[in-house]
Amino acid sequence: MSKNTNTGCESCPQHIPDDVKRLGVDTGDADYVVALAGNPNTGKSTVFNTLTGLRQHTGNWPGKTVTRAEGAFIYDKKKYKLVDLPGTYSLLSTSEDEEVARNFILFGKPDVTVIVVDASRLERNLNLVLQILEITDKAVLCLNLVDEAERNKIEIDERALARDLGIPVVPTSARFRKGIPELTKTIAEVASGEIVCKPHRIKNMPKKIKNAVEKLSSELRKQFPGLPNSRWIAFRLLEGDKTIINTLKKGELV
Amino acid sequence: MEKEPIDKILDLAEDLRWKIGDDFHDELTEGIYADAAEIVGDVTRSENSGGRSRLDTKIDRIVTSKTWGFPIMFLILAIVLWITIVGANYPSSMLSDLFLNTIRPFLKDLAVQINMPWWLSGFLIDGVYMAVAWVIAVMLPPMAIFFPLFTLLEDFGYLPRVAFNLDYLFKKSGAHGKQALTMSMGFGCNAAGVVATRIIDSPRERLIAIITNNFSLCNGRWPTQILIATVFLGAVVPQYLSGIVAVSAVIGIAVLGIAFMFFSSWLLSKTVLKGEVSTFNLELPPYRPPRFWKTIYTSIIDRTLIVLWRAIVFAAPAGAAIWLISNIDVGGQSIAGWMIDFFDPLGFLIGLNGVILLAYIVAIPANEIVIPTILMLTVMVTGVAAGEGAGVMFELDSANETAEILRAGGWTLLTAINLMLFSLLHNPCSTTIYTIYKETQSVKWTSIATLLPLILGFIVTFLVAQIWRIFIG
Repeated sequence: MSKNTNTGCESCPQHIPDDVKRLGVDTGDADYVVALAGNPNTGKSTVFNTLTGLRQHTGNWPGKTVTRAEGAFIYDKKKYKLVDLPGTYSLLSTSEDEEVARNFILFGKPDVTVIVVDASRLERNLNLVLQILEITDKAVLCLNLVDEAERNKIEIDERALARDLGIPVVPTSARFRKGIPELTKTIAEVASGEIVCKPHRIKNMPKKIKNAVEKLSSELRKQFPGLPNSRWIAFRLLEGDKTIINTLKKGELV
Repeated sequence: MEKEPIDKILDLAEDLRWKIGDDFHDELTEGIYADAAEIVGDVTRSENSGGRSRLDTKIDRIVTSKTWGFPIMFLILAIVLWITIVGANYPSSMLSDLFLNTIRPFLKDLAVQINMPWWLSGFLIDGVYMAVAWVIAVMLPPMAIFFPLFTLLEDFGYLPRVAFNLDYLFKKSGAHGKQALTMSMGFGCNAAGVVATRIIDSPRERLIAIITNNFSLCNGRWPTQILIATVFLGAVVPQYLSGIVAVSAVIGIAVLGIAFMFFSSWLLSKTVLKGEVSTFNLELPPYRPPRFWKTIYTSIIDRTLIVLWRAIVFAAPAGAAIWLISNIDVGGQSIAGWMIDFFDPLGFLIGLNGVILLAYIVAIPANEIVIPTILMLTVMVTGVAAGEGAGVMFELDSANETAEILRAGGWTLLTAINLMLFSLLHNPCSTTIYTIYKETQSVKWTSIATLLPLILGFIVTFLVAQIWRIFIG
């Protein structure tokens, strides 16, 4: 017999963490919409499958998810619709898969965005995290693949990371179902407003750019009070993003 | 006139854009990098600054090396095919015994007992049931072996290494290096491969990848290749060599497909799809030990059963159609007979025959049913295997019996080789064609993707037939 190093129940595919009820593709009438974003090959689809009970194809190569997949689960009497976005390195360029991710976070207005990162490649992954934090206020960092980071002798101070980013950080190893109950709980707390995020804003910018962004975003906020991502829209306007300009003209942003 | 507030904001943005100059994008990106570096420096401690484990680097040095990269690739492909071919034999014959010798007589008896009219029992049992039974018996065992093995390789992280090895060749042929990944997906299913081309940013290179994906021998065609290679090529050499010869022949066809993919990519990029080759970053992910049982479980449930279900859905009506065209007579001959006569001259020209061409028309919905259709039509034309009525698809217990039937139908080694070639080079199945249309939104590109392999198939089989007849007879 093979020796099982995990505690028996948790490693079994049938095990349902905590009181999560996995609903598969039944996404109707959800209380909250949760987006899963992150770099390619960080395990978004594995997290997605674990939470929804679906079996989106997973594989160890970047770029496997090209369309967005949707699923749902129930936790603590609330229904969550989960959207698995294609992996991207950045939201600043214009390829088709990035467009899907960017548009959903910006226009789909998810209640919570879960950013899945590879703990062994934190620095490169943070580029995307910092961009997403400019767009949305409600985010959870899923620090995935911590088992691999441990093997590679990388130590991450999760509390310091949470403090620096201004959002909750949950270490997970989705392939082995570790940290998933904690992730579910944190998603729920951010969705309900129990946890309020103070997301990091990009600091290292030349003065003239900082001033321009500040000026433009305060005008935007004056026009659209309560706009959470005025700085991001200012970035896009300063880059001359046609999609954003058109959306603004049509008044569809708010 | 009072300006809309939104226009004021846009004007302000335009104004500020002029002031800050055009390096905004770079400055912003640099800012993000600087912030990320600060945070990481603050929160992590690492003894391994590179982030890549030494073992990974060692493995990569071997599997992506100039000397060993390609031999290892072929070796892995050969091992996977070998296990598939050898391992599928027993369960296949067990299943066909069950379907043919146990369930079929039972159904026939049942039909007699409830006084089912002959045409209805023929239509349902000899047509629909036999087609479905054949597809399950022949396809399930190899798929249940091939897919898990492929998925294990995928989970381990080998596919991006294949892309890395092939990148140079794709670049040479004017295509995108990521096409190696979509090509690999195509080995499972071309429709999936076509969808996967979305990872390619440049529309030009994406179109090349879509059009040439059909040259990846798909799951529906592996069984055809394996069966014909075993029955004809494996049979002309001594027994102990037959396995190796069959595996080599199938690998030869798969590699030929890859060669055609490069060739037609090059052709397209030199003619209708001219343009620069774009560069890209391919991340080599860390090797991850696959979760063995979970992979086996999910790949059987997801891939194998889904593909099998699709085959059954297409096989059932095809079985019905075959039974109908071979049992409805027009002017003293069945419809199938007329069609076979019609296609025979063209078939002869390309070293095939009318039966095979008709089978390919019937099998446009799913490549999986080509062989059963050919066998059924051959039996009907030659009248071998007495006891079965017209239009009954059946599975044969031994490879030798299959060969006997086909020889009786006028088959030679040339027919077998050309069938293997034609199975590689013909139009994609209807699902793939539809997927190509959905992805390209263009009738023109869909037609090119459909006709290009078919034309190549006619040219190649024609040339092989002519050369064969001149030199071998």
